[in-house]
Amino acid sequence: MWRYPLSFLVLLAFLFAGDALAHAARLPLPGSVLGMLLLAGSLRLGWIRPAHVQPAAELLVRHMAQLFVPAGVGLMTYFGLLGREWLPIVAASVGSTVAVMVVVGWMQQRLEPHA
Amino acid sequence: MRDAAAIVLSLAATLAVYAVARAFQRRIGSVVLHPVLVSIVVLIVALRMLGIQYEDYDRGGRVLTFLLGPAVVALGLPLFRQMEEIGRKRSAVLLTLVAGSAAGALTATVAAALLGAPDEVIRSLIPRSVTTPIAIGIAGRVGGLAALSAAVSILTGVLGAVIGPPLLRALGINSRTAFGLALGAAAHGVGTARAAEEGDAEAASAGLAIGLMGVFTAVLAPLVVVVLLRIGWLE
Repeated sequence: MWRYPLSFLVLLAFLFAGDALAHAARLPLPGSVLGMLLLAGSLRLGWIRPAHVQPAAELLVRHMAQLFVPAGVGLMTYFGLLGREWLPIVAASVGSTVAVMVVVGWMQQRLEPHA
Repeated sequence: MRDAAAIVLSLAATLAVYAVARAFQRRIGSVVLHPVLVSIVVLIVALRMLGIQYEDYDRGGRVLTFLLGPAVVALGLPLFRQMEEIGRKRSAVLLTLVAGSAAGALTATVAAALLGAPDEVIRSLIPRSVTTPIAIGIAGRVGGLAALSAAVSILTGVLGAVIGPPLLRALGINSRTAFGLALGAAAHGVGTARAAEEGDAEAASAGLAIGLMGVFTAVLAPLVVVVLLRIGWLE
């Protein structure tokens, strides 16, 4: 039963380490992304084992989508800003999202070595 | 006491709306009715109708937003498990994401310029396809409006997670790395959450794409401004 809170604390420790590193080194990355890289690196080097983070990590990744809902509801505070220029903003966002998806999906599939 | 009640209520409402939206999507099997998109729309309409300010709702909502931090860190586990596989493909991954980052910044700004958007809107669209905290930082450096960049970044994430999977399948993308990378690159966090529903390989490459897109776009953004100034689309 303690596996969940303990593995959650390990994730929080990596989040704080990532935040500290971002501040100290003035990196243009959020602490969470650095924490992700630090966690993968620490697992690789054997400093911690997958079992130390697995319970909370798998739970959070599985339910990650709903964590974005409050931030998305925050779009309501930008309605005034989005409202005036909504057409170019929405059209550019849709077009560019499709462009990135096509470029990245297609290039990666063509370029990666096939085993 | 009233505060605690408000926090619990907005948290419970968010989780309940999401659970219903997810069950509804499963029932009718629609891709367009992504539960994140449906929940956002339903909650905005409900808050408007009840006359509740976003700030009040967000005192509970913030709990979920906070959990995004450890959730992104948690992507380090699938990344570790897929390290050999991604390492084998590293040159393709790097080249693809540099191209994706340039494509994101250029297509958004060119489209907005052609549609007659004002200068500051065009500049705000440059960091469109990177995760919100990085987008805000880049916006400041290229003369964009941080709030607009944040809003567009969230909008992009939701849009990409909805359009992404059917688009990638229509393109015949069957490489799991390519599938995850495309979702993470085009729709950062929400796209990664969608990719994680497919499996470890997709989750790992999507998580990596968020980080690398952020770095590459931060480097490319000032160059995009120079190009747009040179061709006279920015002043």
